[in-house]
Amino acid sequence: MSGPSTYQPQNAFLKWFEARLPIGGLIHSSFVVFPNPRNLNYWWTFGGILAFMLVAQIITGVVLVMHYTPHTSLAFTSVEGIMRDVNYGWLLRYLHANGASMFFVAVYVHIFRGLYYGSYKAPREVLWILGMIIFLLMMATGFMGYVLPWGQMSFWGATVITNLFSAIPIVGETIVTWLWGGFAVDNPTLNRFFSLHYLLPFMIVGVVGLHIWALHIPGSNNPTGVSVKSSQDTLPFHPYFTVKDAFGLVVFLIVYMWFVFYLPNFMGHADNYTPANPLVTPAHIVPEWYFLPFYAILRSVPDKLGGVIAMFGAIAVLFVVPWLDTSKVRSANFRPLYRQFFWILVIVSIGLGYLGSRPAEGGYVIASRILTIYYFAHFLVILPLLGLFEKPKPLPASITESVLGKGAANVTVGAPAAPQTK
Amino acid sequence: MMKSLSEKIARFGLVIALGVASATLVAGPASAAEGEAHAATPHYPIVKPPQEPWSFAGVFGRFDTAQLQRGYQIYKEVCASCHSMNLVSFRNLGQPGGPHFSEAQVKALAETFQVQDGPNDVGDMFERAARPSDRFPAPFPNPEAAAASNNGKAPPDLSLMGKARAVERGFPWFVLDIFTQYQEGGPDYIHGLLTGYKEPPEGVKIGTGLHYNVGFGSGSAIAMAPPLSDGQVTYTDGTPETVDQYSRDVSAFLMWTAEPHLDARKRIGFQVIIFLIVFAGLLYLAKRKIWANVAH
Repeated sequence: MSGPSTYQPQNAFLKWFEARLPIGGLIHSSFVVFPNPRNLNYWWTFGGILAFMLVAQIITGVVLVMHYTPHTSLAFTSVEGIMRDVNYGWLLRYLHANGASMFFVAVYVHIFRGLYYGSYKAPREVLWILGMIIFLLMMATGFMGYVLPWGQMSFWGATVITNLFSAIPIVGETIVTWLWGGFAVDNPTLNRFFSLHYLLPFMIVGVVGLHIWALHIPGSNNPTGVSVKSSQDTLPFHPYFTVKDAFGLVVFLIVYMWFVFYLPNFMGHADNYTPANPLVTPAHIVPEWYFLPFYAILRSVPDKLGGVIAMFGAIAVLFVVPWLDTSKVRSANFRPLYRQFFWILVIVSIGLGYLGSRPAEGGYVIASRILTIYYFAHFLVILPLLGLFEKPKPLPASITESVLGKGAANVTVGAPAAPQTK
Repeated sequence: MMKSLSEKIARFGLVIALGVASATLVAGPASAAEGEAHAATPHYPIVKPPQEPWSFAGVFGRFDTAQLQRGYQIYKEVCASCHSMNLVSFRNLGQPGGPHFSEAQVKALAETFQVQDGPNDVGDMFERAARPSDRFPAPFPNPEAAAASNNGKAPPDLSLMGKARAVERGFPWFVLDIFTQYQEGGPDYIHGLLTGYKEPPEGVKIGTGLHYNVGFGSGSAIAMAPPLSDGQVTYTDGTPETVDQYSRDVSAFLMWTAEPHLDARKRIGFQVIIFLIVFAGLLYLAKRKIWANVAH
């Protein structure tokens, strides 16, 4: 997607076709000869993993829809019909339900990788923001998907989350009624959630296209954070990164399949195997695990509107990270203090996730408040100040120098005589 | 000078952040426990169900056909008089990976139930013997009738009971469960409930029509009267006729009704994981070869 294509089709038909629609050249320059920094580590394989997961979710989802009925009186039994009577229906459903969780596992790794290596900094701000839009769309899709089986947690989760909008002054109640299509979560709500759950993934596909486009303008960041300076710093996408990404993907699939086949209900909640009942409220209403940190932030604010603002603010703050981070150095490898604050943020985020799963009482609330304040302080106070106070370690002159050491920068890329550093 | 001062300030901030984070993580659960002690509602079940050695646990777990057949016998002779099992058909009883009754046995078992069919050619509904394709008929025509005959609380449907109940695992168990593959919280809970009827301790008042149960997840007393007693159901295979054994067998049976394809799932899963490990190994070797002469 950058620069003129070097694609030279040999086949007569492909030549004819390429002259009319140069899609072969597009694919060739984007995924075959595209130059990637030679020092990318395995944290960079999660982009490819996410693309795979998106396709896997769409394929399993499209087949599940062939057997699902979006009606309050039939949704639960139709899902159980898939589990019991559809050939390998249990496999499709477990792939899809656990696939959503693994999709979020991968996206969280991907986001934290971006935070660690400063991948959001110039010239990649738009790339980062597009990623955040994908994250938001994923959250909406995941939430609506969880409602579709119409179990107890589906129903009550939908009730709690849609009710958040009632906190908006004056128009809140009207918005909630509009979202529900009535005066309670009911069949119209299920129908529209189903419709949107089918629509949003295709919107994600569109934004992913933009995300890759925006990636291919500056190219990938890398563990040193130092920009690519010469062709020595890079290797062609194929075969170097196709094989590395494929290995990373298959290792990820082992974990995914471990859950699908041996722990298929680990990520879910037992109450969702009880059909939705508007007259019986579960003891603890908890969202899916990937929303728990945000749920903890929501509940840590004593005021309802304040809680909603804090929750959306926790995501909104990520959009402006490129401008909150004042440091010129990208990679945390060369930022001794940021590196430590980064890991504290990881621990705080996991801590918030744990607290989100606990009842909102006693010490859990106090802990949630402290961690929520820290979460915002990380982005709004620590990040801007660190750039001013922190003394970064000296950066390597180039990627090649960081790989081969000083004075070895003249070795030809891929030459048989290149010394092996591993 | 300037440099060291700024670093000191930043280090100070780091120390504070670490301190707050660790203090929170330590104090959080402790003060939460304190809060619970004062709260009116203690945690249920009173006794956490012990982990039973289920045949269907783990990588190579499979249902025990004989146990499922005994479990079905318990369901048929005890549970079915009050509890429905709406999602299960008689034909399921003949499935491999289940009780695996023969075709003739399934037909005979179905015929012991009466189901409503119709309307016939003159417009009347009629009763007939069930066929393998029929679902298990519910003991009551509707939830209201079920509640009216059962002290005001309709007995829940049992189809998914093996997955619809769980006891909170808590940290660190829920993390370890990923590695030990603990997915048997449902049957453990059912077994704990069925064996959990005890004499209430001194001073504990139990409402009329309720029964003290240390395994019940929503309170100290349950509306269901103790359904099982020693020797109540006659086994033909010499298995001990105790409440503990009955509970174990019916819990396994309810895990099967909740997850009828568990055997196939674990069998295919093993093949998939082995395939992926070999595939990953080959890809790793390919990657090593491709990258062999490239410093990175």
